[in-house]
Amino acid sequence: MYATSYHRPSSISEAAALLAATDEAKYVSGGMTLIPTMKQRLAAPAALVDLRHVADMKGIHIDGSRVRIGAATPHAEVAASSALRSACPAVTVLAGLIGDPHVRHMGTIGGSIANNDPAADYPALALALGATIVTDRREIAADDFFTGLFETALEPGELVTAITFDLPEKAGYAKFRNPASRYAMTGVFVARRGGSVRVAVTGAGADGVFRQADMEAALAGNWSADALSGIAVPSSGLLSDIHGDSDYRANLVKVMAKRAVLAAG
Amino acid sequence: MAKVTLTVNGRTVSGECEERTLLVHFIREKLGLTGTHVGCDTSQCGACVVHMDGHSVKSCSILAVQASGSTVTTIEGLAGQGELHPVQAAFKEHHGLQCGFCTPGMVMTAVDMINRHGGNLDEATVRAELEGNICRCTGYHNIVKAVLAADAEMSAGRQAAE
Repeated sequence: MYATSYHRPSSISEAAALLAATDEAKYVSGGMTLIPTMKQRLAAPAALVDLRHVADMKGIHIDGSRVRIGAATPHAEVAASSALRSACPAVTVLAGLIGDPHVRHMGTIGGSIANNDPAADYPALALALGATIVTDRREIAADDFFTGLFETALEPGELVTAITFDLPEKAGYAKFRNPASRYAMTGVFVARRGGSVRVAVTGAGADGVFRQADMEAALAGNWSADALSGIAVPSSGLLSDIHGDSDYRANLVKVMAKRAVLAAG
Repeated sequence: MAKVTLTVNGRTVSGECEERTLLVHFIREKLGLTGTHVGCDTSQCGACVVHMDGHSVKSCSILAVQASGSTVTTIEGLAGQGELHPVQAAFKEHHGLQCGFCTPGMVMTAVDMINRHGGNLDEATVRAELEGNICRCTGYHNIVKAVLAADAEMSAGRQAAE
């Protein structure tokens, strides 16, 4: 690891000021991607601004149908939230499938969203639930947020502070893990609200998380796994690598979507 | 250089280290607690698992400066005076180790698992919870047996105390 410096703010404004004060500074929250990346010398921030002690970025709040999850909330806290489990169990299921118990104790929803790893779980949730990404500067719709592999609409230095979304009537998540790395080779999050259905796919897209419009239309007319049987998922635009070619992933998208609908009930 | 202060196994300790120093290296090299191991450089193996503020974490993926101010328990902090922790005793009884390299991380993981699931562990849960710990010797069978036995014993102990 290259040398770095370390700063520990206690507020969002202090964090932003510290980040702006140093060239090549980076926010670190749980650090479950950033620290291993620094160990491999694939990242070398001159300064780290630690978000784990910013109280305003933590916690889960449910107000009627609106959910707000602070960006520095660890996966384990989301997975273990009894309030979320009764309001929308798919969210707790997804959080409990990320990494391993030790990673879930550190890694955060904000870090997952901001990093936009093409195999990360939370981007699928955010996109399928039509979530809003709250930053220290503005609010960004999930539809506009995820722009490509590890790319987002965030400006340099912009900080994700919270994720908000309306509770769906039904939601489900299913993921096929790479047998070695355990990352999602394909994960599908389905959500229904009113007559509207959203289906978001992670792990499979060559440009990262995406919505599957044919499945959304089919499920809006008939909310059942059978409604997906006749859909031909195109393999164009899907990842093809040593773990599986794009045809294999196209099939996984369909299988995982069916399982997600079954899980949603 | 940064000053790091931790409460490790009940004792407050301070030391100077570079900002880039990993918690596991601080524990091993500054504090001389070499029971916490480094088995990989990819955050996968779990040999470095310690508890930080009551939760299992991979000390190879956390900087010592990030941990500063927190309470850390390592494998050396588990046993009572002259008596193994029930999880350590169960690993011994059920032969939950062969070479022993992964064992500190396995035991710390098992204690965290039992803390969270206390008395409700089943084999499938134990296997799923061992996701972040790799053992190259045992095939996990006896580790799973040991965790389940320790869970049962600790649960019985809690009931007897109530």
